[in-house]
Amino acid sequence: MVTFWILAVVSVAAALGMIFQKKAVYSALLLAIVMLCLAALYAVQDAPFLALVQVIVYTGAVLMLFLFVLMLVGVSTTDSLVETISGQRLWAGIAGLGFGGLLVFGFGSAVFSEDVGLAAANAEGNVVGLARLIFGRYVFAFEVTSALLITAALGAMVLAHKERARPKATQRELSEERFKSGTHPGNLPASGTYARHNAVDMPALLPDGSVSELSLNPVLTGRGDDPAERHTDLGGVSEAEAIEEDLKAVQETQQ
Amino acid sequence: MSHYLVLSSLLFTIGAVGVLTRRNAIVVFMCVELMLNATNLAFVSFAKLHGNLDGQIIAFFVMVVAAAEVVVGLAIIMTIFRTRRSSSVDDANLLKY
Amino acid sequence: MESHTLAATGLQAYAWLLVVLPLAGAAILLLGGRATDRWGHYLATLLSGGAFVLGFAMFWQMLGYGGEERARSLHLYQFLKTGDLSFDLGILLDQLSISFVLLITFVGTLIHVYSIGYMAHDAHRRRFFAYLNLFVAAMLLLVLSDNYLGLFIGWEGVGLASYLLIGFWQHKPTAAAAAKKAFVVNRVGDIGLVIALGIMVATFGSLAFEEVFGKVSGASQGVMTALGLMLLLGACGKSAQLPLQSWLLDAMEGPTPVSALIHAATMVTAGVYLIVRSGVIFEASVAAQTVVAIVGAATLLAGAIIGCAKDDIKKALAGSTMSQIGYMVLAAGLGPVGYVVAIAHLIAHGFFKAGMFLGAGSVMHAMKDDVDMRKYGALRKILPITFITFFFGYLAIIGVPPFSGFFTKDGIIEAAWHENTVLGICTIVGAAITAFYMSRLIFMTFFGKARWDDDAHPHESPPVMWVPLVVLALGSIGMGGFLMLGDRFGAFLEPVTRTPHTEHDYFSAVGIVTLALVVIGVVIAWIKYGANPVPREAPRGSWLTTFARRDLYGDAINESLLMRPGQWLTRLSVWFDNRGVDGVVNGLAAGVGGTSGRVRRLQTGFVRSYALSMFLGAGILVAALLVVRI
Repeated sequence: MVTFWILAVVSVAAALGMIFQKKAVYSALLLAIVMLCLAALYAVQDAPFLALVQVIVYTGAVLMLFLFVLMLVGVSTTDSLVETISGQRLWAGIAGLGFGGLLVFGFGSAVFSEDVGLAAANAEGNVVGLARLIFGRYVFAFEVTSALLITAALGAMVLAHKERARPKATQRELSEERFKSGTHPGNLPASGTYARHNAVDMPALLPDGSVSELSLNPVLTGRGDDPAERHTDLGGVSEAEAIEEDLKAVQETQQ
Repeated sequence: MSHYLVLSSLLFTIGAVGVLTRRNAIVVFMCVELMLNATNLAFVSFAKLHGNLDGQIIAFFVMVVAAAEVVVGLAIIMTIFRTRRSSSVDDANLLKY
Repeated sequence: MESHTLAATGLQAYAWLLVVLPLAGAAILLLGGRATDRWGHYLATLLSGGAFVLGFAMFWQMLGYGGEERARSLHLYQFLKTGDLSFDLGILLDQLSISFVLLITFVGTLIHVYSIGYMAHDAHRRRFFAYLNLFVAAMLLLVLSDNYLGLFIGWEGVGLASYLLIGFWQHKPTAAAAAKKAFVVNRVGDIGLVIALGIMVATFGSLAFEEVFGKVSGASQGVMTALGLMLLLGACGKSAQLPLQSWLLDAMEGPTPVSALIHAATMVTAGVYLIVRSGVIFEASVAAQTVVAIVGAATLLAGAIIGCAKDDIKKALAGSTMSQIGYMVLAAGLGPVGYVVAIAHLIAHGFFKAGMFLGAGSVMHAMKDDVDMRKYGALRKILPITFITFFFGYLAIIGVPPFSGFFTKDGIIEAAWHENTVLGICTIVGAAITAFYMSRLIFMTFFGKARWDDDAHPHESPPVMWVPLVVLALGSIGMGGFLMLGDRFGAFLEPVTRTPHTEHDYFSAVGIVTLALVVIGVVIAWIKYGANPVPREAPRGSWLTTFARRDLYGDAINESLLMRPGQWLTRLSVWFDNRGVDGVVNGLAAGVGGTSGRVRRLQTGFVRSYALSMFLGAGILVAALLVVRI
């Protein structure tokens, strides 16, 4: 009973959090909590197989699929919580309260007989008991389920498939395109080349010793913070001074 | 016994309200999953109440169907997102008067 | 059904050829198109003549049998079988039908020959001959069929042919209207016939003559009266008897050979055939028989009065046709005593009236298709053959002995007189009026001074036209005497009429009075139209003249009693349909449309709204369940 109360409070809280959370990723994680709580509740109720399936299939596979799609759609797309359909929130609340209240009232007032318990049914073990049913009485439904899964897989493939509008560009076409554009045709120089430090914000030095701005990520250079703070490993020398030293060293080797 | 069912109905109602209020299609979909899970809890509870495993079998099939449904549903959401650059269910409202 | 009639053997087994020959002609001419333009009319004439030869050969074969064995039946095929009912098509060759076959094919062939000349310059001559052949085929089917179904098919076939031929010159609005009128009025009669057929199927479960007549004695009086009256209605429509007489005068819009063949000699007598053929039914109901006789008497007087006032030569003859058919119907209404004279008069009339119509056609041919008798006059010298043949026909129709009409018409008058004095007086008065109007026609056309139009150049018709006239004139002279003298025809028809026939005394008191009245009629006509000049413009005349000129107000009565109420009913229906029915329907549609327009706003397209309504519904369902449980 203690387990139930703890899990119940946690799962209801997580469920409520899920629907009030602005960010979809948080919602997904809160759903994971609810599902794990339910898995535990299954286990408590003599359904260890379902508990594991719940963890593996739901929390493991389905929820990961949700997160994967969220990643594809864009994690940053937060829901605006301002309602656009007039009265939707109000009526949803009324309907939710009414429906939930009725169910709770109904179950609360219902008189249940004492639990028979699954000791007899699980005598051979829960998995064996389930297997007897699945491959016995429910074997047809089970087989149909396989058809359903295959159909779902095919459906998902068809839906996700995108027709190519034009043939794939060949390497030759890509390189011709690159040269025609008139910009730098080859790879950009990697950062830290010829420098004595290989941090990504240390610019590469060209053979003549000058600094190549192309080697730096514009995001990093545009951050505007003090690069001196980032490079504590340069031994008290600022980044600009380190570059100066590098330049000198390069010029010396050339002479 | 009735505790489990009350919990199940609470979770179901929360899921339903979520479906009604959230607009991100993925979140709506998660709420639907929550509702399915709530019913699964009820099935498992009933299995214990009646002392046979049929309730658990049904819960098992619900999971399978839910898995299939998630695959197709998410694929649809992806397709819609690809064409409309939006995952809000309110943006897909062309089928109307 | 086991037939009691002997089966046809030998040549008679090919009796179906009688119908098929002209029908094939019609089919070839209609389907063959322009390819048959050059020889089509010869083919049609040949096939019609072939039917006559065949008919005559069968007649000859029939004469070889004994009196009771002369009726022969030929089963063709089962037309329809449903449940207990089965309808067979077959041919009945008996004395009555063979008489009609000979009349139809002989007169029909003569008129085909005549038409070769008459229609020589018509662009649609092929179509004309096709229709003529179609008519002959349908008429033969009508008289040859051994059941009412085949009779009805032929009946409708002649109606169709009549419609097509009246409206043959359909470019004339009057012809088109006349064809339509004939068709519509005939439909009224046909409905009577259809109802009669229905009564037969319901009462006797069969349409075969043999079976129906065999079961008549078992049916109730009321049913027989209804059946008789419905058959009479059919006969009235086809034979232009009161009250369905109005179409015949207008039918004269058709080419003259058509008027001669269909609207004088054959088709219009189909009603008489029907009554005589159904004699058993009429004899079972005195009421129906009386009505038949009254209709005949009324029509014979009405037709005669109309004939007196018409200046159009064809319409005058049409009135006379009505009147003569009235005689036949009256005779048929007298029962078995009248059948023989009715059919004899029918055959005699077929000859002399066809002859006179063709003569009228010849006159019109000479007078540039002018039909107004007031513009004729003094034609006897210019058209000698036409005049002589016409004159024989004239003598026949007014009943001058020994011409054909005298024997047959006197037979009717005698029979009517002995049956019922009032009917007898009607027939005698009719005979007097007939003498008057036919004499008027003769005097206005062939005697007196020429009142021609300036550009008229009358000339005698070519031989192809006058030869049929001569043949028919011979018939006008001898046919009546041939049939009636020695009661030859009565004895021949006896198995059909089922009454031993005795010869009349043609110069009884009634006969002599009739002859005297006929002479008076001729004299009055001579004084009015022969001795005195006939004005080119019709004088106003008395109310009686106006009455007759307007066809006894038949059209006016039809118009005010049937057409106007019909129009009012139509207008009322249209109004009710527009306001009432359409109003309700449109209102309902508008209501549904308006409501839908508002309700569809609920379809916002937001899936969450739909989900909300579903969820609310689920809540209500749970609440309802709880309420029920508690």
